[in-house]
Amino acid sequence: MIPVSAFLVLSTLLFFLGVFGFVTRRNLVAMLISVELVLNAADMNFAVFNRILFPGQMEGMFFTLFSIGISAAETAVALAIIINVYRNYHSDQVNSIENMKF
Amino acid sequence: MEYSYSFLILLLPFLSFLVLGLCGMKMKEKVAFGIGTTVLGVLWCLSLYTAYEYFFAVGRDAAGLYPTVTAFNLTWLDFGKAPLFGTELIFNIGFRLTPISVMMLVVITTVSFMVHIYSLGYMAERDEEYRVEGYEKGFQRFYAFLSLFTMSMLGLVVATNIFQMYLFWELVGVCSYLLIGFYYPKHAAVHASKKAFIVTRFADLFFLIGILFYSYYVGTFNFDLNADPTIANRLPMAVNILPVALFLMFIGGAGKSAMFPLHIWLPDAMEGPTPVSALIHAATMVVAGVFQVASLMPIWLKYAPNTLHYVAYIAAFTAFYAAAVACTQRDIKRGLAFSTISQIAYMLVALGVCSAVEGEGSVGYMASMFHLFTHAMFKALLFLCSGAIIVIIGSNFKDYMGGLHKYMPITNWCFFFACLCISGIPPFSGFFSKDEIVAACFHFSPFLGWFMTLVSGMTAFYMFRLYYVIFWGKSYYEADPENRRKPQEVPAIMWGPLVFLCIVGCLCGLIPFGHFVSLDGHAEDIAIQTFAIWTWPSVAWVSIVVAIIGIGLATWMYKSGENPVPDMLKRRMPKLHEAALQRFYIDDAWQFFTHKIVFGLFSKPIAWFDRRVIDGTFNFLAWGTQTAGETIRPWQSGDVRQYAAWFITGTVALTLVLLCIL
Repeated sequence: MIPVSAFLVLSTLLFFLGVFGFVTRRNLVAMLISVELVLNAADMNFAVFNRILFPGQMEGMFFTLFSIGISAAETAVALAIIINVYRNYHSDQVNSIENMKF
Repeated sequence: MEYSYSFLILLLPFLSFLVLGLCGMKMKEKVAFGIGTTVLGVLWCLSLYTAYEYFFAVGRDAAGLYPTVTAFNLTWLDFGKAPLFGTELIFNIGFRLTPISVMMLVVITTVSFMVHIYSLGYMAERDEEYRVEGYEKGFQRFYAFLSLFTMSMLGLVVATNIFQMYLFWELVGVCSYLLIGFYYPKHAAVHASKKAFIVTRFADLFFLIGILFYSYYVGTFNFDLNADPTIANRLPMAVNILPVALFLMFIGGAGKSAMFPLHIWLPDAMEGPTPVSALIHAATMVVAGVFQVASLMPIWLKYAPNTLHYVAYIAAFTAFYAAAVACTQRDIKRGLAFSTISQIAYMLVALGVCSAVEGEGSVGYMASMFHLFTHAMFKALLFLCSGAIIVIIGSNFKDYMGGLHKYMPITNWCFFFACLCISGIPPFSGFFSKDEIVAACFHFSPFLGWFMTLVSGMTAFYMFRLYYVIFWGKSYYEADPENRRKPQEVPAIMWGPLVFLCIVGCLCGLIPFGHFVSLDGHAEDIAIQTFAIWTWPSVAWVSIVVAIIGIGLATWMYKSGENPVPDMLKRRMPKLHEAALQRFYIDDAWQFFTHKIVFGLFSKPIAWFDRRVIDGTFNFLAWGTQTAGETIRPWQSGDVRQYAAWFITGTVALTLVLLCIL
């Protein structure tokens, strides 16, 4: 059996990859993908803890599915926004929309 | 209820002010004139009707006195029970009729009505042939201010309490300021209006302090201390403070009535249009101080009879001083202004010599009010005459006049009769009122009587000097008829009011004034009118002789136009002449006092403290906030990735710290 720590190491790696991508990338789509990585790390933890700690129950699994659904919807919204930004600013770089600060 | 129309007397001029002030600029000048003058005409009729009703139709009550009627008395501000004050603190505004306030209603509306009519002629712009070309800029504003002034002055004289009087007193001061500064592009007018406002405001500060003392210790703002029984309990405590309070109030009155040394604003106030000088600075507003002292006279006599005599001394000195200065002035309006100061001083002398002595002690009160009445008429007339001359000549200075009697016959006669009135020649009005004052002074002390007789001789001298240099002597026009404008008589819209005031001014001395206004309310005969003191050597004869000497001297010195005697006197006593011309340097003394002492010793350190310490504190606070903001602002970059980086770094750091501790 694969030890729990292996899953946790994987999810931690995924999480920090996501954060790293979010912080370093300037492309809006790349940032969105990075955020998805962070979410996936969390989903994986849910699934793993449910499978190992409470094998007879399914709440963790359902929650994971629920979270995936939510993130799909959220991705749709984010993509719509990104398309609008691209149409208005002719750029997909995050620092191109700085003037929305003021 | 009686006098139920009386609210109109205050409301109508106020409405007229609002209409003319708000929509005046959209009206034609004639319409504005029509509105203002119609309202004043109605007011005049209402005042005359009130006087008729008060003195004749209703008349004396059972005790043989003219009752004090309060037509209405509205609560303006109600502070309820005031802990400091001890009693209820309520400010009322109302309408109170006493013999003197009814008399003032008639005086104010008569003069104001005449001035309203006259101003249509005065405020016109004329071409070389004196044809009306148009009206001066701000003509409608002028009428709006006149209405406001009339309203405030009427509110002052019908005040039911001292606080209402103070309120309208200040309003009157504002109107005076606005009208003196009417020609605001002119520097002199702006300076004069500021001077008038600041000097009278300074004096009003004492009035306010006096009111506070009075109301704090007595517990009421009313003029009548006997009305309320609760006041009687407080009076024993108040008797020591009452003389101080009354004298402080008198200082306020001295500011408005231009008593030495607060007289400096009045001669400069002549920068305003001449009808304003006639209405405000000769006939009505400047007697506010006299009216105030007269209104409080019962309290003065009962609680501060000795302090009252200081009023007489101050006023007597002012009368002499102003008469001396008036003898040298080259600007005819300034000459008249000093004569106004002198005459108002006469009224205050008469009030100041009043005493509680039965009979002779009360002569002064009646004489003062009588002189106020007659003086208002003939001094308004003198000013309106001088306005007529200024319209024709285009200057205030006597050098451009001379020999006008040929060209302006009506103005000439009106001015002549007014001079006779003020000089005290029988049977003109000034004789009766002024000699009654002199008689009251003789009752008080022979020295003061002789002193005031001397001043009345000076009055005759300077008035006739003015008359001769304007209407006789060398004509400025005839010296160079080719290049100079030929003077002519003013139009009827201007000489009409002159003639009316002349008739009233000459005849009003025959009114048995003592039957209407007297200190104790009972009818009192004017000694001179009943020929009781005509036996030689009486006051009347002495003052007639003195007046004739004054007139004779003026005739001898100024009639010919050569002026050898005055020139010789000027050469002999250059210092005295210069000093009199410069008003004995009182203005300079005030200038020194305000600039060197007040500004130098008090204002400058206070200004330094304000700028460095108070402003510095707030500037530091503002600077600190701004600097902090500038420092923090870059942290709020709005860059999501940066926030995320900080957030993650912080979380990791916190986790490591917690791990280390636990």
